[in-house]
Amino acid sequence: MNGVENLPAWVALPVSFLLILGGCIIFIGALGLLRLPNFYQRIHGPAIAITLGAGCLLIASMLYFSVLQSRIVIHELAISIFILMTAPVVSMLLMRAAVYRDLRAGKHDTGAESGDVYRLPAEK
Amino acid sequence: MKRLLPRPFTTGALFLLWLLINQSLSPGNLLLALVLAVGIPLLTSPLQPLPDPRPVRPLVLFRLLSFALVEIIRSCFNVSRIILFVKPDKVKSQFMRIPLDLENPYGLAMLSCLINTTPGTVWVEILPGSRELALHVFDLHDEQWWVDTIKTRYEKPLIDIFEGGSPA
Repeated sequence: MNGVENLPAWVALPVSFLLILGGCIIFIGALGLLRLPNFYQRIHGPAIAITLGAGCLLIASMLYFSVLQSRIVIHELAISIFILMTAPVVSMLLMRAAVYRDLRAGKHDTGAESGDVYRLPAEK
Repeated sequence: MKRLLPRPFTTGALFLLWLLINQSLSPGNLLLALVLAVGIPLLTSPLQPLPDPRPVRPLVLFRLLSFALVEIIRSCFNVSRIILFVKPDKVKSQFMRIPLDLENPYGLAMLSCLINTTPGTVWVEILPGSRELALHVFDLHDEQWWVDTIKTRYEKPLIDIFEGGSPA
């Protein structure tokens, strides 16, 4: 990293705060992926990493490079636009695939039946 | 004009995106952005049967997006708290149904993106043969609260934006 020592304190503080916060959130998201028991719960873990986690890192990056190069650097916005357009579609597809796979396999205790929206096909 | 620019909205978005990615306003980049912004919609518009959306009411859109942003940040911390401090078998993850009035495909697409971006909720599908949305909620306590929030805070503004008026 070159030039980081020239960074004034009023930028260094928020940048490091955002980086730490983003890192913590992404870590918690990964922890959720690891610890939660079934697929339908695990899908919610990474969701926090891609929204607030990625958001914090991108804002930190915008701040850091804007000040360091003393011009406005905002092409990180493009990253967030692409994330916000693609991630929801992926999670919807994954979710739907999981629901139909579980219903077809006819297994109980997968969590697909909770809330009575989906029912397993009747036992033969 | 209509033949050359079948999708003015897409054209504008592509133009801005190209300049944003390249971070420059030099004549070369402006020209390239113009070529791409006119060319890509000409090539791709046969793939998309629907006409471009005509979003009206920027104020409503702005209010909707800022509410969604606050909601995203709030649920991020909620989900983090649940992952860290609640025992996994105590988390009440459930599917639920939400009846929808919104019909505009762009409105539905935007609603699904907003809901899926909010941590803790995942849109599954619109149940076949009905107009109900199947939603998976990470920690469901008050089903009625979710129905009310989605109907009044998200769906109502989207109906105003894309269908131009409140439901009959």
